[in-house]
Amino acid sequence: MSSEKGSEPLFSKKNKKLITDPLTDNNPVTIQVLGICSALAITVQVNQAIVMSLSVLFVIIMGNLIVSLLRNLIPSRIRIIVQLLVVASLVIIVDQVLAAFLPDLSSKLSVFVGLIITNCIIMGRLEAFAMANKPWPSVLDGLGNGLGYGAILIIVAVFRELFGSGTLMGIPIFGNPLPGEESGLYAMGYQNNNMMILPPMALIITGIIIWVQRSRNKALIEEH
Amino acid sequence: MAINKESNQFTFGFAIGLVVILGVILAVLSEGLKPYKEKNVRIKKQLDILSAMMDVEKEGITRANADVEFKKYVMLEDAVILDYTGNVKKAEDGVSAFDIDIKKEFRDKTLAEKDKNYPLFVAKDKNDKTRYIIPVVGKGLWGPIWGYICLKEDMNTVLGVSFAHKTETPGLGAEINKPFFMDRWKNSKIMEKGSFRKYEVVKDNSGPTKEYKIDGITGGTITSKGVEEMVNRTLKIYATYFKNQKNLK
Repeated sequence: MSSEKGSEPLFSKKNKKLITDPLTDNNPVTIQVLGICSALAITVQVNQAIVMSLSVLFVIIMGNLIVSLLRNLIPSRIRIIVQLLVVASLVIIVDQVLAAFLPDLSSKLSVFVGLIITNCIIMGRLEAFAMANKPWPSVLDGLGNGLGYGAILIIVAVFRELFGSGTLMGIPIFGNPLPGEESGLYAMGYQNNNMMILPPMALIITGIIIWVQRSRNKALIEEH
Repeated sequence: MAINKESNQFTFGFAIGLVVILGVILAVLSEGLKPYKEKNVRIKKQLDILSAMMDVEKEGITRANADVEFKKYVMLEDAVILDYTGNVKKAEDGVSAFDIDIKKEFRDKTLAEKDKNYPLFVAKDKNDKTRYIIPVVGKGLWGPIWGYICLKEDMNTVLGVSFAHKTETPGLGAEINKPFFMDRWKNSKIMEKGSFRKYEVVKDNSGPTKEYKIDGITGGTITSKGVEEMVNRTLKIYATYFKNQKNLK
């Protein structure tokens, strides 16, 4: 596939596209509909979504880089296992570092950090891109896809935390909801929407994002 | 390249090499982070113990100052270790009540009942009232559940509890660590007419007429029953100890 001759600028047009594409018209969550499971599970709070996004970003960039460096060595018969090993090790590193330095978040994210291993976006990028491309484009591809995933995660989380708990990153936005000491909007009778905290709402918000995106760019609508 | 990378030898060699390298990296990392993780576990335990007797958040106790605050309230030198009959065990050298891992002992199938340890923490609240804190551990639906029960100075009335779980179902069994459930235990008594009386976790809100009946969690029946079993099994042992203590007075 990519066998460019000579030196190419680090951020050539083609390389930039690797980052911007997954953020817009080839978003792994909204267009390819991958990695949905974690998008549903850990978008109740923005904090969790950010940490999850950073974890996935780290795993996908490092995974792409390592697999790309090894791509000419990996025996094709065991390539999926090798990819899995690399991803699994990276995930364990993330999990351990979180447990050591961010224990509260780590216990909230609990199994979902471990489940990054099965995040289809990562395995998909390793198999589809890193196995066939040089290290630098692979890193950019990982960066783009990680950011594309994170962007959706954080957008969904902002909606869910704001309307579900009335906070953003744990900071109250609408006032104090505690019964008896209401303030701000709550004093005027506003109530948090508990539906927002439940997983179905994440699916609905993701659906709305997909809808908005496709109605702005008709080319994304599949023909049936 | 001279090497045929699709040969069996190379495939095996590659797989073994990769596993060894990754294994070494992970082992080094795990060892390197051990002190941090152990500290986190200790602080979490301190916070859990404190939250049975007070609203930790309101008192401004966080991970950062947990070590200092814990020493202010809990007198570890007064803590005792009981055996399964409720008698005080002879102190073994170097074993402090805080370091006993009752979760590990609970899991350990080979450990005889008489060798299990039951630590009891003694604390003083801000008004210098004595508080007794009992650690409990049991089984939920998917994994372990544990917690602390804090008794008032009369060694009978429950001041508060803090429950925790590892992997209970979110929204159902996982609710045992929510204030609405833990508050239901407040002011219940562990003894009736001077001897231990079992708690019952009940359905349909049929309980609260009797203070030893605790309303369970809808959809979290097995976890609720796990809490009931855990509390009854453990409190029975401590009740004997408290009874003896009262008789001494």
